[in-house]
Amino acid sequence: MSTLETFYERMFFIRRFEETLLDLFSLGKLVGTTHTYIGQEANAVGVIDHLDPGRDVVFSNHRCHGHYLVFTNDAFGLLCEVMGKAPGVCGGKGGSQHLCKGNFYSNGVLGSIVPVATGIALAEKKKGSGAVSTVFLGDGTMGEGVTYESLNLASLWKLPVLFVVENNHYAQSTPVELELAGSIAARGAAFGIETAELDTTDVEEIHEAAGRALARIRDASEPYFLVLDTYRFSPHSKSDDQRDPAEIEERRTRDPLLVAGARLGDGERDAIEARCEQRLAETVEAAEAAPAARPEAA
Amino acid sequence: MSTPQKRCVQVLNEALHEIFAVRGDVYLLGEDILDPYGGAFKVTQGLSDAHPDRVLTTPISEASLFGVAAGMALRGQRPILEIMFGDFIALGFDQIVNGIAKFREMYDDQVTVPLVVRTPMGARRGYGPTHSQSLEKLLLGVPNICVVAASECHDLRGLLMNAVDDERPVFFIENKLMYGRVNRRPEDGHIGELAVRESAGPYPALTLSGADFTEASATIVTYGGMVPVVLDAVTELILEHEIFCEVIALSQLLPMDLDTVLESVARSGALVTAEEGTLTGGFGAEIAARVQAAAWSDLRAPVQRVAARDGIIPSARPLEDAMLPSVHDLVEAIAALEGVRS
Repeated sequence: MSTLETFYERMFFIRRFEETLLDLFSLGKLVGTTHTYIGQEANAVGVIDHLDPGRDVVFSNHRCHGHYLVFTNDAFGLLCEVMGKAPGVCGGKGGSQHLCKGNFYSNGVLGSIVPVATGIALAEKKKGSGAVSTVFLGDGTMGEGVTYESLNLASLWKLPVLFVVENNHYAQSTPVELELAGSIAARGAAFGIETAELDTTDVEEIHEAAGRALARIRDASEPYFLVLDTYRFSPHSKSDDQRDPAEIEERRTRDPLLVAGARLGDGERDAIEARCEQRLAETVEAAEAAPAARPEAA
Repeated sequence: MSTPQKRCVQVLNEALHEIFAVRGDVYLLGEDILDPYGGAFKVTQGLSDAHPDRVLTTPISEASLFGVAAGMALRGQRPILEIMFGDFIALGFDQIVNGIAKFREMYDDQVTVPLVVRTPMGARRGYGPTHSQSLEKLLLGVPNICVVAASECHDLRGLLMNAVDDERPVFFIENKLMYGRVNRRPEDGHIGELAVRESAGPYPALTLSGADFTEASATIVTYGGMVPVVLDAVTELILEHEIFCEVIALSQLLPMDLDTVLESVARSGALVTAEEGTLTGGFGAEIAARVQAAAWSDLRAPVQRVAARDGIIPSARPLEDAMLPSVHDLVEAIAALEGVRS
């Protein structure tokens, strides 16, 4: 079982990785788009710590960097991919939203990933591999119809799927009040799926809840619906943010890094952060030096 | 040599049984496919009794079933998804375009998506606007998938087995009227009075000639449920007008391979395309563009297209007939070609 130090290190690295991407964009070193995970780090770290990358499967969405970094620990492959470099994990073909490495997949159309993750769970159940298929959704995904078809199928066929809904309260620029009726958790329960909802940015609380969820999935071979109340501090993608700054500031008081960091000694925290900065600087240097992706010679 | 002639539905059903017996990684998903019902068109009869663990009847959720099949294929299985009516592929287009067709290339060849979607297209049964269409053309614009159209003259067993063995996603288009018709395989190099050549590859094209490939006034390229209509037209052209045409019955619609068409056009100098889908932006349009670019000097007349009118397929039979391409339409198109009469 991982320690708080490890959790903090993973969260801090995601934070700095994403901030670095935004910096690289402003320097003109990246093109395209990115959807940063800044503020939501405790979710990826708390949930994915329970998964075995050699067996379990993760399907993520457009906001996938945090999930990818925790599951694969492949910062160089991700940075190269986002920068359009040849050693990118998908050779520069996928970019920020379309990643694949081992048992990790992501795709960029909301909702589209949910049936695929459900099919993966069906395959793994038929194979008897014991793998759990974890799919990360958001409040915006609740607007897509295939989400509900998938919940029905997963419950009906008793598939080992962990549905993680990261409710960050905004679908791009639209507040959840304007895009969602009823309760998110009740949506899982309506399909007879065991459901839990947490309003916390405490990685240890999320870790504990995710542990219960995964134990339940593995013991009962049934899906689980985990709703995590969260918030992103950064824009939806790069500069598209019209939210009230006071709202963001209030949320920053519950920054998952502050919550976890307060439980570490100053020296310990500084050492972790220095390690992350060092690793990140080396990763950026190596990625910048890597060759650009080029079309194959005809 | 004479082999007992089976109806197409039986040939496809036996092929599925054979595939399930030899491949343990094949799964079948679809609506109402369990025995004793065995599927709306009975192609899957007996499979759920024989392989209950690998035949899954599903909710009416086409949009996500395409994704479920994709997920299974990503994880090394060989799902066959039956979509009860071809019209319902419209529900799956996000999965088709943004998932199934993309995963392999956008993930830099780290994965394959070897799934088969089987679905019947076609009209002439009075099923009306949403259960009669031929929507293959919507798939022809999607890179990285394979579209295979079965016809009553093709080796249906071979086509289906090759589709399941294919590493690419294969959309296997069946035809509602074809199911009940005899699978007319060549005997002694002939189907009826027409000489037949079959190209190589997993999804062969058939070239049929009433003049033993020595001469032809025009080439007609077609597929699927239009094959018997075209053969009737060719017979009428021979008997009543003494015009000899060659017919290319493609089974591989995508990726488009027109070698057999170009070879025939080199003999005939004229091309007519025949499809049951609506005219605009269709199979014929793509073929016309390609053939005119590749064989301009062989053509003595513009490529002509015979297709359904651009509209709905009405339910009432006389209205449906008026909408769809007929033997008469084909005979007229051929007769109107410049230089077709000596």
